[in-house]
Amino acid sequence: MDITPAYYLVLAAIIFTIGGVGLLVRRNTLVMFMCIELMLNAANLTFVTYAKALDDIGGQAIVFFTLVVAAAEVAVGLAIIVAIFRRRQNVTADDVNILEG
Amino acid sequence: MEAVIFWACAVAAVVGALGVVLGRNPVHSALFLLLTLVTMAVFFLMQDADLVAIIQIVVYASAIVVLFLFVITLLGVDQRETFEEPNRFQRPLAIVFGALLLVQVIILLVRENITGAPSQVGPLSEPATGNVQTLAEALFTDYLWAFEITAVLLVIAVVGGVVLARRSGHRPVAGRGAEQ
Repeated sequence: MDITPAYYLVLAAIIFTIGGVGLLVRRNTLVMFMCIELMLNAANLTFVTYAKALDDIGGQAIVFFTLVVAAAEVAVGLAIIVAIFRRRQNVTADDVNILEG
Repeated sequence: MEAVIFWACAVAAVVGALGVVLGRNPVHSALFLLLTLVTMAVFFLMQDADLVAIIQIVVYASAIVVLFLFVITLLGVDQRETFEEPNRFQRPLAIVFGALLLVQVIILLVRENITGAPSQVGPLSEPATGNVQTLAEALFTDYLWAFEITAVLLVIAVVGGVVLARRSGHRPVAGRGAEQ
């Protein structure tokens, strides 16, 4: 059986959806962050698949930049979580409800 | 052979993704995330993305997961997350919208054949040079400006992380910074 790009794309869609639903359902900010990582990775898989399908190195270059942005996002996001924890002693999303408008 | 590797890794990736969402303990979620990230690296390798696969292992599966685990151990495992949803509409709505999203993306990806002009930037790999060299040439020519900006972005992220961690630590004792 031949593995066509469509298989990778559907797999990426499934993982993206699992990440998105997890982001909406979970209330622990750390797990929400991990779900964002899942979504970013699914997008990366799509980029790499299209890079292969279209024979274009640009797709892989974009994945490189996505990884950099993800690393920066995790560094700042986890620092924010630690800062919230120091004030509130808890890191579920409901504990920052003071941010609601 | 390729099909066997694909299906084994696909099952592992989906199990890992579900484990992240359903895991009650954040440490378990982080380890399931690691499983998904490593299988992603396998998928990258299968599609001739050697450099990206190695970066995935080094940056994602190592650095970022270790950072997650470090923060989890620093904060203590948060046992107080209840799985009772205060808003009773949120969970059904999330699943409905997730299903809609999945159907939309799959229709979008699969119904159409892959179109578009190939090799806008350059072909994936020339026989003479490997994937690393091809990607490096693209990064340092076509994407040079973006590459420089990522350097700035990383510096900003590091400075932001330091500032966030430091200021909140100093707040309880006012003026302590002045003494030092």
